[in-house]
Amino acid sequence: MKQFLAFIRKEFFHVFRDKRTLLIMFGLPVVQIVLFGFALTSEVKDITLTIVDHARDVNTRQLIGKIKSSSYFIVSEAPLDDNGIADAFKKGRSRCALIFPANFGSDLQHGGKAQLQIITDGSDPNTAKTVINYISAITTAYQQEVSPAARLPYMIVPETRMLYNEEGNGSLNFIPGVMALVLMIVCTALTSVSVVREKELGTMEILLVSPFQPLMVLIAKAIPYLILSLANFILILVLAVFVLNVGIKGSILLLFLESMLFIITCLSLGLLISNTTNSQQTALLLSMMGMMIPTMIFTGFMFPLENMPLIFRYISNLIPSRWYFLVVKAVMLKGLGFEYVWKETLVLLGMTTAALAVALRNFKTRLS
Amino acid sequence: MSAVLLDHITKTYDNGKVLAVDDVSLQVAEGELFGLIGPDGAGKTSLFRILTTLLLPDKGQAAVRGYDCAKDYKIIRSKIGYMPGKFSLYQDLTVKENLDFFATLFGSSITENYALIKDIYEQIKPFNDRRAGKLSGGMKQKLALCCALIHKPEVLFLDEPTTGVDVVSRKEFWEMLRQLKQQGITIVVSTPYMDEAMLCERIALIQGGKIMSVDTPAAIMAQFPVKLYAIKADNIYRLLTALRTNPTVESSYAFGEYIHITLHENATIAGLQQQMQREGHTNVAAKPIQPGVEDSFIRLMNQA
Repeated sequence: MKQFLAFIRKEFFHVFRDKRTLLIMFGLPVVQIVLFGFALTSEVKDITLTIVDHARDVNTRQLIGKIKSSSYFIVSEAPLDDNGIADAFKKGRSRCALIFPANFGSDLQHGGKAQLQIITDGSDPNTAKTVINYISAITTAYQQEVSPAARLPYMIVPETRMLYNEEGNGSLNFIPGVMALVLMIVCTALTSVSVVREKELGTMEILLVSPFQPLMVLIAKAIPYLILSLANFILILVLAVFVLNVGIKGSILLLFLESMLFIITCLSLGLLISNTTNSQQTALLLSMMGMMIPTMIFTGFMFPLENMPLIFRYISNLIPSRWYFLVVKAVMLKGLGFEYVWKETLVLLGMTTAALAVALRNFKTRLS
Repeated sequence: MSAVLLDHITKTYDNGKVLAVDDVSLQVAEGELFGLIGPDGAGKTSLFRILTTLLLPDKGQAAVRGYDCAKDYKIIRSKIGYMPGKFSLYQDLTVKENLDFFATLFGSSITENYALIKDIYEQIKPFNDRRAGKLSGGMKQKLALCCALIHKPEVLFLDEPTTGVDVVSRKEFWEMLRQLKQQGITIVVSTPYMDEAMLCERIALIQGGKIMSVDTPAAIMAQFPVKLYAIKADNIYRLLTALRTNPTVESSYAFGEYIHITLHENATIAGLQQQMQREGHTNVAAKPIQPGVEDSFIRLMNQA
């Protein structure tokens, strides 16, 4: 036991004295959270909108006022002609134009029907569609205001809600993904490298020659990284809650335990990698390439798994982070309890046991 | 009971393609300071790894203090000290942290066997808080020796401990080994330096995975079967080429400023000297000399 503690202490010395390890360990989550939370957002905001108002009557004024008061647009009003609009699009000054024809108000009030034109930048179809939806929604709302529903014989009014995320916070989907990604990279890469480093330096020879149980070498290697990864997990949670305003709806304890399980899965994979190679570079490459890319692609937080061909969906079942992602989404965002995530937990548990068993079995008590 | 026993050990690598150790048998007595002498690639490290239970031999049996290296590896691991050829300490830990760690790992503590390492440790103690990676070569070696000794091993295996260490530190190091031997520890040490062979009680000359001779250094030198001469001239290179083609010369090789030669029967050194002078070599000087371990080694190597 004393040997075990001394070993763990030594591992902590290694981590805290190596600035690169520390940087990967604690710099990576911060960078990822900031990147995914702020830079890589899929929300459409601050669209430059040019309004050309040929009517200048009460109705157009009111409608423009509504558009301006929504937070989606940066509105500029200009007496532009068609060429002017094309020019503004080409130069990137505007991504959307809204044109009211002359007599908009009188058409609406007397003819009962008025037209307006929306022009958007179709080179980015997703944004263009979103913009059209925004403006249509505002227009519909305004229409109901000026002409009460009573006049129409039949009407369907859809009441929509985005469950678990009423305000449409785009960070919400990324947080569980980033958690899975960061823990995956940090745990596998750092553990595999730290074991292989001993082989490369030749210290593994002495460790093996000592009376210390060879298997305990692996366990003692993994424990510091388990503790550090848990600290890392807490750091990510704190960043998520206080920087990105993502609340934790479910039980924090459950989330913590599930994350611990996932961390142990990753550590086992790291140990498995360390068995297969004797060079730090290979270990790092294997854990980065072998773990990061499948995690990014097959976890489901960047590319929806439902749209993938069947074979890829099968492959995704082998990726531990896919299951962890589901668990975190369920517990953290939806506030569900263990009874909803036991299947995913079981899968993770199975993967961990398998990886750990193979890693421990393959660990050599001799050099070859 | 011998401290170390090797019985017809054979070890190959790459599925038998590379023969590292070829049918080696030898014994090291209790309390002996035993040297494995041979050039790089002779198989010294393979033998060490077999004895320290890190490798299994393909054929043959190895035992340390009566325990079988294959079956009883756990017992052996608690009884031996090992210093691998490559500097094997944690570069990012300080001197004291390294020593502490290895002491604990081997189930001991610095204070428990302090007397054993005192003489060596005192020399590096001033650098207690320095990281091992920042020590000089000699100090690293001393620290590694401390770490290998800290649990009071019964048999100490040192694989090329003085390679890459300056002359003064090498001398000190061997002095330390002599002191350790007096405390009853069996020491098996390997070195590619022939001059260090003289400092061992018994040596094994090893080349190409085969043991060529095992005896005391003095006996090995005494076994040199013919007379050995040292010869030199102004142009040493021309002389060497001439000697190589001379029919009366049995063997010749450069050795410092001299060329060491042995002659065929019926030839005399005086005759050879005169012949060389006739062939235009200037200042030819020759003298009979006592063969050293290196001379024995080269002779055995050429015979094999």
